[in-house]
Amino acid sequence: MNTYLGANNIVSPLGFSTSQNFDALMRGKVGVAKQRFPFSESVFCCAKIEETFLNNAFSVIANNNFYTHLEKMCILSILDVVQQSGVDFKKKENLLVISTTKGNIDILEGAYKDIDPNRAYLSAFAKTVGDYFGCINTPVVVSNACISGLLAIIIGKRLIENGNYKNVIVCGADIVSEFTLSGFKSFNALSDESSKPFDKNRVGINLGEAASSILLSADKISSVKIAAGSSANDANHISGPSRNGDGLFQAVTNTLDDSGYKKVDYISAHGTATEFNDEMESIAFSRAQLEHVPLNSLKGYYGHTLGAAGVLESVIAIQSMLSNTVIQSMGFEEQGTSQRLNVISRTESKVINSCLKTASGFGGCNAAALFEKI
Amino acid sequence: MEATIVSSCKIKNNAVWVNGIEMKVDKSSDPVLFLTDLYKHINLSYPKFFKMDSLCKLGVLAAELAIRNNSQFENYQKEKVAIIFSNHASSIETDRNHVKTIADKSQYFPSPAIFVYTLPNIVIGEIAIKHKLTGENAFFVTEKFDEKLMHTYVSLALQSNHTTAAICGWVNVDGNDFEAVVYCVEKTKFNQDKEGFNKLHHPEVIQQLYN
Amino acid sequence: MEELIENLKKQIIEQLNLAEVNLEDIDPAAPLFGGGLGLDSIDALELIVLLEKYYGIKIQDPKDAKNIFASIQSMADYISANKK
Repeated sequence: MNTYLGANNIVSPLGFSTSQNFDALMRGKVGVAKQRFPFSESVFCCAKIEETFLNNAFSVIANNNFYTHLEKMCILSILDVVQQSGVDFKKKENLLVISTTKGNIDILEGAYKDIDPNRAYLSAFAKTVGDYFGCINTPVVVSNACISGLLAIIIGKRLIENGNYKNVIVCGADIVSEFTLSGFKSFNALSDESSKPFDKNRVGINLGEAASSILLSADKISSVKIAAGSSANDANHISGPSRNGDGLFQAVTNTLDDSGYKKVDYISAHGTATEFNDEMESIAFSRAQLEHVPLNSLKGYYGHTLGAAGVLESVIAIQSMLSNTVIQSMGFEEQGTSQRLNVISRTESKVINSCLKTASGFGGCNAAALFEKI
Repeated sequence: MEATIVSSCKIKNNAVWVNGIEMKVDKSSDPVLFLTDLYKHINLSYPKFFKMDSLCKLGVLAAELAIRNNSQFENYQKEKVAIIFSNHASSIETDRNHVKTIADKSQYFPSPAIFVYTLPNIVIGEIAIKHKLTGENAFFVTEKFDEKLMHTYVSLALQSNHTTAAICGWVNVDGNDFEAVVYCVEKTKFNQDKEGFNKLHHPEVIQQLYN
Repeated sequence: MEELIENLKKQIIEQLNLAEVNLEDIDPAAPLFGGGLGLDSIDALELIVLLEKYYGIKIQDPKDAKNIFASIQSMADYISANKK
């Protein structure tokens, strides 16, 4: 039994479809920019979707006033996948899985007058999105910090291969809010400039917002399958990455072990551009003897999109595989980790038959999945 | 995947049940004080406990009691123990506390020690750290306790060669509503003649642990 | 200075939730980190907030934090020198 990765979408500052986003990356366009917010005198470098763009796109399908910023992003993203694939959520065999860290967190900040405040609860948010599509199965919500998106894909694969569902659409989504900006700032984790994953001069994260969706199916709907996936915990610290990369190493080796596949052509890494995260990843990849594999982080384009990241970065990885193109790791200039990595310095053609996608997050969690061309 | 539930702990309405039997504890009216009292009552010595938010305190205590009352726990390979949790309110209580720190522009002091707990899976991290469990993780958010989802996904996780046991449960904090059910599941065929707490891993049984 | 040190102790116990630590347990000259208090990286960030909240002092370069937070005494010295 296999799980195939089919129709997909990205709603981000770089566009509202996968092709718009991938074209932007090919041209080296970035979504992060310096922005001011009413709540602070500081300038934040982050990737935010223009409200007017979003509302213009959304007004074609429904009333903007009935939905939150995040719900609109999710509905647009899932709708694109539904329209491409014809998956009908009114059928028992189809499931919607939503991955998010903070959901409609702007409700707690008092951003809306006419939205039911209960939609700050993730299940109510998911139900609102699910109801738009008439979902007969209650959408499943995965909220596992920054590995949420990749973990949701792994969960979808397991449900399909066990015969619980035929199709699973995974939608990962989070917004940039005062909540997360102020929190990460208090952690001293934000960069005032564009972030520089794996670079010697990296100083921290840019936050970003996005919704990204992908169809997982038991049917052979594409030439890319998920060969394996797993997660592991560092059991070390709730916010500091493991110094020796234990959890990520375990997730990667278990995934490669399960896949039976011996060669990794490309790694789509987590690469948040904090000092400790990128260092941890370099140690884990080196321990797994993958330091020579071409690797990138997409955080230089999108910022860290939290619950969306694992899905968005998987979608780009699959697009890279299908077009045999490796994308430049934006912001990287000089080796900046103790273990030397093969960071992709320019966008170019390269045959990619397999891709290892990884993610790590607060709570010591790590996830890895191997995508393989058949 | 046939599996066996080998221990459980429920904490609700300032009362505690371990393997289905109610523990004698002083009932404080305040749920946060109750957790501190319970911490002392079970002679836990773990200073980090006092740094945790209520969700983590509740989850760590329930997991502690479920693990202590699982006689096989010491024999598990710690990298093969998964932690799979769910709840309804995510981290909303701590989210509200973080919002309070940024509500007043003249008193704008977002606290890293609060912000770090604004994710529901931090409770998984705290339990993983306390018991050195490095296996798989997942945190689901559902409208109410979903024994079918928990049963399905825990069974799927146990199908992996890399997982032999799982600490599972529901840990929810919303206002003054505190509710936790944590249970240990082993990848062993259910044997009804086995002594001690020993139940088939099945949605109906899981529902009974919760009720 | 005595008073400042006592206040700092109280504020640290409260802000860092050191529930099982008593005022007299803290030696102002002893290392704050790596010692008996069991403080970690989040506590270090929380001390930066503490300085700002109670003393209006913003640490401009996070790299200075290590020296400032070496001990209660060093914190008190820094506060005395920088308090507005």
